[in-house]
Amino acid sequence: MTVHELRTRHDDSKRGDASDGAIFAEAVGGRLSRVDGPAKITGAAKYAVEQQLEGLSHAVLVESTIAAGRVRSIDTAAAKAAPGVLLVLTPDNAVRLNSATDWLGTPPPDAPYCPLARDITFSGQHVAAVVAETFEQAVAAAALVKVAYDETPAIVDLDDPKAGDGIPIDAMTKEWGDAQAAFAAAPVRICAAYNTPREYQTPMEPHGLIAHWQGDRLTVWEPSQWLDGMARTYAEWFGVPFENVRLVSPYIGGGFGSKAFAYGYGAVAAMAAKMLGRPVKLAVTRPQTFTAYGGRAATRQTVALGADAEGRIQSIVHRGVNETSVDGMWVEPLGSVTSIMYATPNFSSRQNVVRVNTVVPGALRAPGENPSAFGIECAIDELAYEVGIDPLEIRLRNYAEQDPEVKKPWSTRQLREAYAAGAEAFGWSRRTAEPRSMRDGNQLIGWGVAAGTYPVRRAYGEAMVRILADGSVEVESSSIDMGQGTYTILAQTAAEVMGVPAENVVVKLGDSRYARAGVTGGSRLAGVMTGAVHKAATGALDQLVGLAISDPNSPFHALQANTLVVANGRLASPRGDGPEVSIAELLGSVGRSQIEAMGDTTPANWTAEDRYKNNTTIAMALSHTEGDYSRHSWCAHFIEVRVDEDFGTVRVSRVVSALDSGRLYNPKLAESQWKGGIIMGIGQALLEEGIVDRRHGRIINNNLADYLIATNADIPDIEVISVGIPDLHSSVLGGKGVGELGIVGVAPAIANAVFHATGKRVRDLPITLEKLI
Amino acid sequence: MRDFSYLRANSIDAARQAAALPGAMLLAGGTTLIDLAKCGVTEPETVVDITHLNGLDGITVDDRGATIGALARMSSVADHADIKSRFPAVSEALWQAASAQLRNMATIGGNLMQRTRCPYFRDPANFPACNKRTPGSGCSAIGGVTRGHAVLGTSEACIATYPGDLATALVAFDATVHLGDRQVAADDFFLLPGTTPDREHAIEPGEMITAISIPASAAAGRSTYLKVRDRQSYEFAAASAAVGIEFEADGRTIRDLRVALGGVATKPWRARAVEEALKGKVLEADTVKQASLLAIEAAVDHGANHYKIELAPRVIARAILKVGETA
Repeated sequence: MTVHELRTRHDDSKRGDASDGAIFAEAVGGRLSRVDGPAKITGAAKYAVEQQLEGLSHAVLVESTIAAGRVRSIDTAAAKAAPGVLLVLTPDNAVRLNSATDWLGTPPPDAPYCPLARDITFSGQHVAAVVAETFEQAVAAAALVKVAYDETPAIVDLDDPKAGDGIPIDAMTKEWGDAQAAFAAAPVRICAAYNTPREYQTPMEPHGLIAHWQGDRLTVWEPSQWLDGMARTYAEWFGVPFENVRLVSPYIGGGFGSKAFAYGYGAVAAMAAKMLGRPVKLAVTRPQTFTAYGGRAATRQTVALGADAEGRIQSIVHRGVNETSVDGMWVEPLGSVTSIMYATPNFSSRQNVVRVNTVVPGALRAPGENPSAFGIECAIDELAYEVGIDPLEIRLRNYAEQDPEVKKPWSTRQLREAYAAGAEAFGWSRRTAEPRSMRDGNQLIGWGVAAGTYPVRRAYGEAMVRILADGSVEVESSSIDMGQGTYTILAQTAAEVMGVPAENVVVKLGDSRYARAGVTGGSRLAGVMTGAVHKAATGALDQLVGLAISDPNSPFHALQANTLVVANGRLASPRGDGPEVSIAELLGSVGRSQIEAMGDTTPANWTAEDRYKNNTTIAMALSHTEGDYSRHSWCAHFIEVRVDEDFGTVRVSRVVSALDSGRLYNPKLAESQWKGGIIMGIGQALLEEGIVDRRHGRIINNNLADYLIATNADIPDIEVISVGIPDLHSSVLGGKGVGELGIVGVAPAIANAVFHATGKRVRDLPITLEKLI
Repeated sequence: MRDFSYLRANSIDAARQAAALPGAMLLAGGTTLIDLAKCGVTEPETVVDITHLNGLDGITVDDRGATIGALARMSSVADHADIKSRFPAVSEALWQAASAQLRNMATIGGNLMQRTRCPYFRDPANFPACNKRTPGSGCSAIGGVTRGHAVLGTSEACIATYPGDLATALVAFDATVHLGDRQVAADDFFLLPGTTPDREHAIEPGEMITAISIPASAAAGRSTYLKVRDRQSYEFAAASAAVGIEFEADGRTIRDLRVALGGVATKPWRARAVEEALKGKVLEADTVKQASLLAIEAAVDHGANHYKIELAPRVIARAILKVGETA
């Protein structure tokens, strides 16, 4: 019942744009610029630890310097006597906390939780904390805390002889046909091992929080990808009702999976705030971000491919291992891409997890799919060379017309279209097959291709939409914007439904007092929240039109209309007869200060407990293979590298990626996310590696000078092409996942390009110069 | 970081007197001092701010050479038209160093005083043993992660790499470090670790770098700084070479050659053996590559840094051929 008459026409439509014809920036599918951009660029955006609070004190962590053993004693005398010190926290004086429910919804053990360790399981573990009047006093005093240890031998990494084969994770086993026999019988076989190192999220904004108790109510300002999940954790730790904890996180300087959970340092700060009766700020230092929470686990994979002489895969045998911590469990699903990318009659994938002395690993952009794609997408390239066909051709020859694992049709799979569009734009047909066959002076040139995918993770959402007396629209949700564009696309969604300009929509996010929301992770937020806002806005609009038609004081009352049109913030009859009034005028004439509608996409029969679980765990999320379809985003990366033949340095000189994320709610922002993923993938392929001193089990490059991520100079122009079509099996408005997809497949495309350039297979990331020199 | 006194020097003499106090350190751009203080490596008792001293940030270039004040910013020197034309290797070494933000802050004097990136040196809380920090305490790097460590000029006490770029070019072109009245050749200003790796520079308490000077030469005028590194920007050298060349009148016989290596040694490393081997020779690829191997004759690796021994002569050869070809 709305008519779009939006004012901003954009001419920069892109080739293959999946914005389904929306040429107006402010509608869903339009290229509206980030509405939060000016605040971030000018510094007006206030981040969590920048809040100014009366009586704020400062906490600094003391970390273990051994990787395994036990704290024998902590001498706090000097620290306590240091200027400005308010509190020295150790396990001896820590407030007793409860264990909390985990993100999967697993009930906690009936045991106390202490964020400060006596038993040391990794180097960098929190063992004590100092709170002082100033940050500098806390830093100085923390250095005076003397910790004595009884050290025991550590298992430092997957290569440690003590590490063993690990624990089989049966839930990861996927088998059909007889993979071993089919591999043994295949005329063409390749088998190789692919390794990825520890990698870190390194968001520009380091972690940290301000915790402030008022009675038994706790307010936490903390960058968060999941306000309600973290609020639940704090509430359970401290034994207060969920409603008593407020998380505030309006702006976030990047998360990449690392900001979805409350971590031990948060418990330390909240505990100190409670003990001191004043707000406590704890800013995690950059070095501490390498051990205060986990990055991507180091992984090992073996991929065996058996094929016929034409390169048609007969069997895939895949074995994977990832590291986890001594007392925590992280499974990085290494067979996730392996099992769905190519059609194969025989398949076997198994995975073990090995305990080592590290912080428990965590989510980093496309956990599972990212390393999984590195294995299978390098292996298929090796098979192409073994068979003697083009790496793109072998992918088409083994194209999976349906999900090979669950045997269901894809909801949409525009991967063939991605291969075609990417190859065309890249000029793939001009590639010469032979390794070392393309060069420019000292530079060996290589062209590589690889595919990527990410499942459509779905969940239920809710949102509040208000029409205010001045005719503007307000959207509220406790979901967040960590740079991906939530503020913007939710404004576009509400603007489209309500028939108002997007600039008249104020989106409020990042406060757990707003309508509850689940995790922002797994590329699910846009699909979940556009659906919820669409529904809430529709409800608000229905109320508005209903009022306009039926209220005796409405100028439309005499019209006896069944419906009205709302466009550009004004109501009118569809036939054009009768008055035309603004939303504000109508609300004034009927005497309403606002209209409010809560909208949700949750099942009607859900209880309050179901909703609580939906917002604070992932237990209620929908499987991507639920029902009749298998739902995934897809992409193909075409990458050119230049390898210096004398120095072994690899530089990426060209990237063309074609991606299927379904319908794009805002192509400009989707393209930025894809490019961000590709940039991260370039860093992963060539630079990123957490380096362990194996004598001490300690990450020694725990800073941004020594842990290398890509700089602008490492990144060429990147062309992204959208080949998606609306996929209504995946979300209310037809979008699939965007944020994680772009990184998946970048590293194997680069590794394959390096092989094409040099004739050398590098199967251990990152591809550093000493591996090629 | 512990409390310290802050003194603002109003003359060079005052700065030198203050710098002679126990635990005193000079503050210019602060890019090294603040960084190391945050790591807990440096704990000055007194910080002597010299940024307000007049007349120390000049850059003058004439036919005799260049004189650069100690307080000149890296970015100012890198962008100076006469430095670019008469000492291209110096300009290139500077703009390939650090990041734009750091180059805008960091001074030339401070650049010479920058300290190693050895991760063991930089983490006293976890690695108490470091002969550079605490003489006699041992070396945590040997036997550890050594990918970035030196292969030339090392000792049993220390294998930390000298990280700078500028000094590599200075050593190649016989620059002089001015400590007020006293002058020290750049090559002598940087010390080998030997048994005293804590002593890195030939500078005494109470002395202060006031300027550097670089004599003009044909080789400096025809020079380059080639930096090979893991990433393309904001990264220390895996191996680098400052090279300058002067030909005889025939345009192909090498009259003068300067070669210095960065990123592979415990100090900026002049490769005189390479220079001597090629002087009088006709510039030719194979000859250059063979001679470049002389630079690493005494090299010793510690495992993960072995690639530097392979890489360094290749970088030298490429740099020589590059400046030679642009005739």
